[in-house]
Amino acid sequence: MFPNRTTVEDIENAAALAEVQGRSLWASARARFMRNKAAVVSLIVLILVAAFALFGGFFAQWERDFVDFSLMGRNAHLGVPSFETGHYFGTDNSGRDLFARTVQGTGISLMVGIVGAMVAVLVGTLYGATAGYFGGRVDGIMMRIVDVLMSIPFMFVLILMLVIFGRSILMLFIGIGLISWLDMARIARGQTLTIKNKEFVEVAVATGVHPLRIILRHIIPNLLGIVVVYATLLVPNMIIFESFISFLGLGVQEPNTSLGALISEGAGTMQYGTLWQLLFPLFFFVLTIFAFFFVGDGLRDALDPKDR
Amino acid sequence: MFSFVVRRLMVAVPTLLILVVLSFVLMYAAPGGPFNSERPLPPEVLANIQAKYGLDQPFWKRITDYIWGVVAHFDFGPSFKFKDRSVNDIIAQGFPVTLTYGFWSFVLATVVGVTLGTAAAIKQNSWLDYLAVGFSVGAQVLPNFVMAPILLLVFTLWLGWLPGGGWNGGEWPYLIMPVIALSTSYMASIARIMRSSMLEVLNTNFIRTAQAKGIPMRRVILRHAMKPAILPLLSYLGPAFVGMITGSVVIDAFFSTGGIGTFFVNSAFSRDYSVMMGITILVGALTILFNLVVDILYAWIDPKIRY
Repeated sequence: MFPNRTTVEDIENAAALAEVQGRSLWASARARFMRNKAAVVSLIVLILVAAFALFGGFFAQWERDFVDFSLMGRNAHLGVPSFETGHYFGTDNSGRDLFARTVQGTGISLMVGIVGAMVAVLVGTLYGATAGYFGGRVDGIMMRIVDVLMSIPFMFVLILMLVIFGRSILMLFIGIGLISWLDMARIARGQTLTIKNKEFVEVAVATGVHPLRIILRHIIPNLLGIVVVYATLLVPNMIIFESFISFLGLGVQEPNTSLGALISEGAGTMQYGTLWQLLFPLFFFVLTIFAFFFVGDGLRDALDPKDR
Repeated sequence: MFSFVVRRLMVAVPTLLILVVLSFVLMYAAPGGPFNSERPLPPEVLANIQAKYGLDQPFWKRITDYIWGVVAHFDFGPSFKFKDRSVNDIIAQGFPVTLTYGFWSFVLATVVGVTLGTAAAIKQNSWLDYLAVGFSVGAQVLPNFVMAPILLLVFTLWLGWLPGGGWNGGEWPYLIMPVIALSTSYMASIARIMRSSMLEVLNTNFIRTAQAKGIPMRRVILRHAMKPAILPLLSYLGPAFVGMITGSVVIDAFFSTGGIGTFFVNSAFSRDYSVMMGITILVGALTILFNLVVDILYAWIDPKIRY
């Protein structure tokens, strides 16, 4: 069910098309979004967090995998966050620079969230639009499959997979890709059911346009608003999901790290007086999740006015 | 109604079968067996062990034996790592613990969430409403693995009010922090869903009619508004329940409560496939059962559903 290259390009073209033809719609949505102060502030925060993940490494005084053995056993006194030592966020339990580690962890967590959302957008939208457009028996079978997949406890199955096929970021992405599209497929199907009875679709059918082309050119551009909203709300959920698995030590492996893994390490050592090891990753985690939720809410209000 | 239940069961049973087959195939496809260790065993010994656990049988024989064992005797087979324990023993030890704090978390999240959401909707734009909205926005970013260390830090390390872990037969001081850590984010979601659906219902004509007839507000809410308002919440309760059982993995790691999560994670690290499969299938069966109950409840409450 993975779309090939040409369909991906088609979707991109379709998005561009929608933007050009429906400028007033998108412009008014932008105006509505800009009026929502919490959403605008969150967007700025998100840009800052992304900049931190991308460029924060240039400001780190220490390599992220450099272990400072002189701190061994004296972490609570010498590893404290300070500007003089260059450990802005202090050091972690093994004497590595926590600033560099947090930069890396934020980057990986963001990447996991965005990959999950992208899979949801590509697979889920196409799947849902196809099921909704054809309707009848095709719809029944396709949606029954989604129902069956939804009632499987995926966290457990994913852990089973991580254990059996080895723990790696790739396996994690596959696992997240497997579940993230289910909700999106349902949402896209529901919207398609209302769109497919509109006149412009009837005209397309009457003039003999190929069904696949109708889905790509006429249905999906009209789904974009709701898809964007749910994709934005999906990103934080995927970040939480990944953090949960990394927290258990089954997700991202050393020397890579993610916010979940860092929170887990920090929580494990908090009784030794090294509280910064928990609080810095936790701060970035909470900030990122918050910002995504607010931007998602703002986008929903902007793109889906009837839901207000 | 009866035929509706039967029809839903016809979907539930194959779903469960798919889950059993899926996890079995995953285990079968695993490179290396559970008895491959650093120091290779002599081939005769390995052959004996494999014969004991039935690993020398062909694939179809093993899978039919396994499914038959699960379905007919509720027997998940022996553990690969603990020689004297079966998967059933391990489940029997951990599952009551998980169910206990899972149940209380579920009750707490639902009762507080529904009450808070309803109160916020009735007194829209009051301080109570802002408090509820603020809480439900704030608690969204506090999943169990964030709540647990914060609670431990405050109530055990700083204040010293509650024990930092252990189970002790489920006495209430040991129960408080697991339940709060597990229920907070769900409480927030339930309150938010309840608030918006209650607001929607309160703006409908039949509620205005009921009020115009002079029925006391209390009665209008409880008798007229509650039933339609709670419907959107019902479909959320299934995933929430699953999330709480899954969260047991984190709760057990933090509070050493010894629930099913401990065994799941331990078996994940020691590659004890039979225990992992047993727990996965059990949780899957519970999920499917719970969704079934929710669906039936939905059909029973909502007269618009055709069955």
